[in-house]
Parts: sequence; C-alpha cells; structure tokens
Amino acid sequence: MAALRQLWSTIADRHGLGVAVFIGVAVLFWVLVLIVLPQLAMFDVSLRHNLPRPEIGGPADVYTLKNYSYFLFGNGALNTLDIGVLVKTLIAAVIVTLLDIVICYPIAFILAHSATGVAARMMVIGLIVPFWINDILRAFAFRILFGATGVINGIGQALGLWSSPIDFIRADVALYAGLAYTYTLLMVFSIYNAVETLDRNQIEAARDMGASWWRVHWRVVLPVAKPGIASGATMVFMLTAGALAAPQILGGPSNLWFTQIIYQWFNDAGDWQRGSAYATILLVVCLAFVFLMMRVFKVSIGAIGR
Amino acid sequence: MNTRDVVLEHVSIRFGNYRAVENAHLSIRGGEFFSFLGPSGCGKTTLLRCISGFVQPSEGRVLIGGKDMRNVGPNKRPTALIFQNLALFPLLSVAENIAFPLEVRGVGRKERRKRADELLEMIALPGTGDKKVHELSGGQRQRVAIARALAAEPDILLLDEPLSALDLKLRQHMRTELRAIQQRVGLTFIYITHDQGEALTMSDQVAVMNAGVVEQVGDPQTIYNRPKTPFVASFVGETNAIPGAVMNQQGALVTLDTALGPLTGQSAGGRDYQAGERCTLFVRPEQLALADAPPATNAIAARRVNEEFEGSIRTLFLNANGVDLRLYRMNADASGPALAADGTASIWFRPEHATVLPADPSRSG
Ligand SMILES: Nc1ncnc2c1ncn2[C@@H]1O[C@H](COP(=O)(O)OP(=O)(O)O)[C@@H](O)[C@H]1O
Ligand SMILES: [Mg+2]
Repeated sequence: MAALRQLWSTIADRHGLGVAVFIGVAVLFWVLVLIVLPQLAMFDVSLRHNLPRPEIGGPADVYTLKNYSYFLFGNGALNTLDIGVLVKTLIAAVIVTLLDIVICYPIAFILAHSATGVAARMMVIGLIVPFWINDILRAFAFRILFGATGVINGIGQALGLWSSPIDFIRADVALYAGLAYTYTLLMVFSIYNAVETLDRNQIEAARDMGASWWRVHWRVVLPVAKPGIASGATMVFMLTAGALAAPQILGGPSNLWFTQIIYQWFNDAGDWQRGSAYATILLVVCLAFVFLMMRVFKVSIGAIGR
Repeated sequence: MNTRDVVLEHVSIRFGNYRAVENAHLSIRGGEFFSFLGPSGCGKTTLLRCISGFVQPSEGRVLIGGKDMRNVGPNKRPTALIFQNLALFPLLSVAENIAFPLEVRGVGRKERRKRADELLEMIALPGTGDKKVHELSGGQRQRVAIARALAAEPDILLLDEPLSALDLKLRQHMRTELRAIQQRVGLTFIYITHDQGEALTMSDQVAVMNAGVVEQVGDPQTIYNRPKTPFVASFVGETNAIPGAVMNQQGALVTLDTALGPLTGQSAGGRDYQAGERCTLFVRPEQLALADAPPATNAIAARRVNEEFEGSIRTLFLNANGVDLRLYRMNADASGPALAADGTASIWFRPEHATVLPADPSRSG
C-alpha cells in the first residue's frame, strides 16, 4: 500500500495530477472491470442451477456445487471422459510449449547476439507475419498443408520418403505444428528480452576459458534466459490450453480439447452454469500448474514481470 | 622456444575496408610484461582479440609458443583474456566464477572449491567465495577477474584496460599489485592501455600504437627518451615540439634552423639528414632549464605567459618568438636561476636531451 502511494506521488509530481488521475482510473478499470469483475461474474454463474428464465431470482435460484461435482463424478462414477480430456489438453499444451522453447531459444539467441541489420529485420518480420493472418485461416491453411493430398505428403511421396499418404491430422501433427507456429513470436520475444541483456563479453569469456558451446549455453546463457523462458512458456501454455479454433479445425476426429467441451456446454447445451464451472476449472488448473512449474524451476513471479 | 612466447608476424586486421591493424610485426618474450599503448580506437583491443582467437588476422600469423594459431579457437589457446568490463558471471558466486575454468575441465566440485579458496587467498579476498559478484567493490571485482583468469592456468594473460574503471588511488595501487602478481606467477602479461603512466611504470616492453600501426617497440626508458616518431614523442609524456629545417649534422647531433635560432638535438636512431630537410625538435619540459647566463648552445630567449603550481613541480608556460613552450621546475630548486623581474628568461637544454625527427611521419623510423 505504501509502495502504491509512493508510485502515485511520483507520477503526480513528475507528470501532473491530471496524468496521475488518468493512469489511476485506467489501471483501476483494467484490473476491476476487465479482469476481476468478469471472472467473479463467471464464478458466480458457475455456482448456480441452470434454471428456466422465469425461475431466475426465485426461491429455486440457490448456490450449488453440482456443476463442479459433475466434472468430477458425472452422473455416477468418476467422470473419466472430461477429466481425461482436461489431462490430455494439459499434456498437449505442455508439448506445444516445449516445442516452442526448443524452436525459439536458438532464434532468440541469434537475434540478440549474432544477427545484425537486414538479417535481423527479416527474422523479426518473419516472426510477426503469422500474426497478420487470422486464426481460422491459419488453421485451415495448416489443414491443407498437412492433408492427405497436401504439400507435405506431396513432397514426402515425391522424394520417396513414404509411399502412401500419412494422416498427419489424425496423428495430431498438424495440431501441434499449428499451435506451436502460432505462438513462436511470443516465445521468441520473451526469451529475446531476457537474453538481450546478456553481455556478449560473458559468452566470450566463457569461450576463452575453454568452455564448449554446449557449456556456454548451459552455464551462462540459459540462466539469463530462464525468466524469459518462464514468461514465454506461461503465455504459450495458457493460450494453447485455451485455444479453440485450432483444435476444432486441426484436431483429429477422436481428439477433444477441453475448450471444446466448455464451448459445447455454453453453446450446444445452453448450460452457461456448467460451462462457467468448466471454464473456471480450466483456469484454476492451468494457474496451479504454472505455479507448480515455477516452483520446480525456481522462477519468481517478479522475474517473469521483468 | 618458450611456450609463453608470442610472435606477431606481419599481422593485419581489416573489417571490410577499414584497416584496424596494419602490419604488426613484433615478438613478445615469455614471462615479459608487454604493453600496447595507444589512444582510444587505435586498434589495441582488436589486436588483443586476435591474440586470444576471437578475431582472425586478415594477413600474417600469430604464433604462441612457436605454434601457428590459425584455426585454433579461443577455447583451445593457452591464453586468458581479462575483458575491459571484466565479464564476470553475475548469476554465479565469486567462487564459482573463479572455478569456472576448472569446471570446464571437469575438475570435481570439492577440488574446484579448494582451488578457488587458494586463489582468493592469493588476491587477498579470503572468505568471499560465497558472495555474489555485485556485492564486491570495483577493485575487488578486478582481482576476482584476475583470479579467474589465473585459474585457467594460461601461459599468457591478456588484459584489456583492466584498470580504466577504477578511481585514481585504486588504479595506482593496482598497478603495483598487477606487476607483483606478474612477477610471482611468471606468466607473459600482454597489457593494453591508453594511459602512458600505466604502460611506463609496469612494463618490460611497450609497443606504441597509432591508427592501427605499431610505431615503436622498446623498453619504457627508450620509448620515453628516444622516441622514433613524432607521434611517440608527443603521445608518451609531455613534450615541446619546435619545427625547423636542418642546417648541418655532426655525427648524431643535428642542428636545426628554427624560429628560436639554431638548436641542436640528437638524431633519432642515428639517422642521416639532408640540409634543408623539414624536421621537428622534441624536448621534454623537465629537460628545459632556466639559465643564469646565456649558455653557449641551445639558448632560447623566452617570455613568461603563465605558471601553474602542481605540488612537487611548477609548470612555467613560456613563449619564445611565437612558439609555446612549457618547462617543469622542481619546487625544491626554487633557489636556482629565476625569471627576470620583467618575466623574461634565458632557457636552454642539452643537445643529447632533445630528439630530432623528420616532420613528415611517413619518412620516419
Ligand atoms: N567487429 C568490428 N567490426 C567493425 N569495426 C570494428 C570491429 N571491432 C573494432 N572495430 C573498429 O576498429 C577500430 C579499433 O577498435 P579497437 O581495437 O576497439 O580500439 P581500441 O581498443 O584501441 O580503443 C575502431 O575504429 C572500431 O570501430
Ligand atoms: Mg579497447
């Protein structure tokens, strides 16, 4: 609280009271109206029964945990179907996140420490362009790319690498590739931000003392990149676990993403209460997982905010 | 051939069309304290990086211990480089920093710690092994960087202006310390600096660089007393430059016709001059002296412009027929010859204390 008051007076002194009031209102609006209130409303809805319109606000409109217990137990025994989908979604999100770390760490490192001028700008443009293309279009493009008669199968067969078309959609290759591709920019920039602060001389000093490239990265670069990797991984993981269009379009027929179940409750079943409960569950489980990972890898929240 | 010898054979280094180092050709004996001295941007760091293997010579070769270092990476050379900004690892502890070269070689954790503690003892920082680098002062970090470089057990230690970030007192203390460490460990130290005081006090040999060119190599006395080029004469120490034309030469002594009358000095390196050749005579402020009676040679009639008291010495700023001169007087000599009441003085210098160099630098040396 004292820190907040300090911040307030600093801004007011430096930029005038008007600016301070604007920033105060904007931050309050951001935190309360855009972050806290919708979540609270959603949480409130998730604790209610799915009642017909006239009964809302009536005596039957009481709080209940049945939407949450339905996720755990369904209509009887353990709800293995929904729990399974959640677990599968989390595992898939972890895989996509790891893929992005592996792909983006070298890119970010080169961008920060080797690429100059035109090469660096080309790399950045190459990373930004995917964001110009909307989600749905991108997903369908990947469907075509990985389809039975798509470019990948075409090239692979033409080169004689495999003889009959591989079903990349059913194997979820298209889905993982599409999701990983979508979020590379976030990961690259997060890692870049951290790695860029590394003094080149430290890399050279390590080299000079006889370290192999592998050790230079393990001992010198990775520790500096860690907060960046953590912040990138958090974003990619959250966004992947919460993705809807890509799994819908690129997911194999047998593959269900947890967001698709949420979507079904809201839209197909018209049960907003259960949908809200499922959305809350996804949020809480993802947050818990992220915090657990931060514990395991000894990253502090403060380091991510940098 | 000593494993600690370094030889540069006609080394030139270019970045695109820019010539950072031009034909550096010299040898550094094992166990020597060798300095490269030159103004900022003259290519010192580039040359040092070339010796350590981060930059490849565009022409010529680098030999260490008689072996050609072409295609030998920085991690495979017997050199350890101390960077201008030290480049200590901020996320590692002091002991981990020092033991890093040992870790690289697969030395066990216990042994590493033991060695780090020994080195901390040596640099007079015992018990700081568990601190983080940022908890140390500038001078302490400096010493940790030296310890880390020594832990690599190199044959040659390369130091890139390691004292430039320290304050004056600490810098002077570290000069003595560095020299002492060098004599204790007996390694070849190759030291880079733009500070002539550092180069002269610490080095066995000094190479003076200007715009990528090594202009003179020699021991500090020779560099100071017998500069071979106008640049060396004016960059190393204070000097008075008096332009003129050659009148005659008798052995090593050359007499110039200058605005101050005929003045005689020593020909650099025993070079022969032609009559009428444009030359400059360089004489140090401490070699100029006030005279009681006009002396027979090199007498200059000068007028006082200003003077500065600097503790042990007093600088007299003089003007003689349009040429500015400065003269140092020890304050202990205050009883000697003095300025006349009207501020005029007769000053002189010994011919062997002045150096005559061709005015056209391309004809020097
Ligand atoms: N990698 C490089 N690419 C292009 N120019 C460089 C590079 N490294 C150094 N230079 C140039 O070479 C010149 C000498 O630099 P440097 O060796 O650092 O000088 P010093 O250490 O004597 O101050 C400078 O003009 C610098 O801009
Ligand atoms: Mg330099």
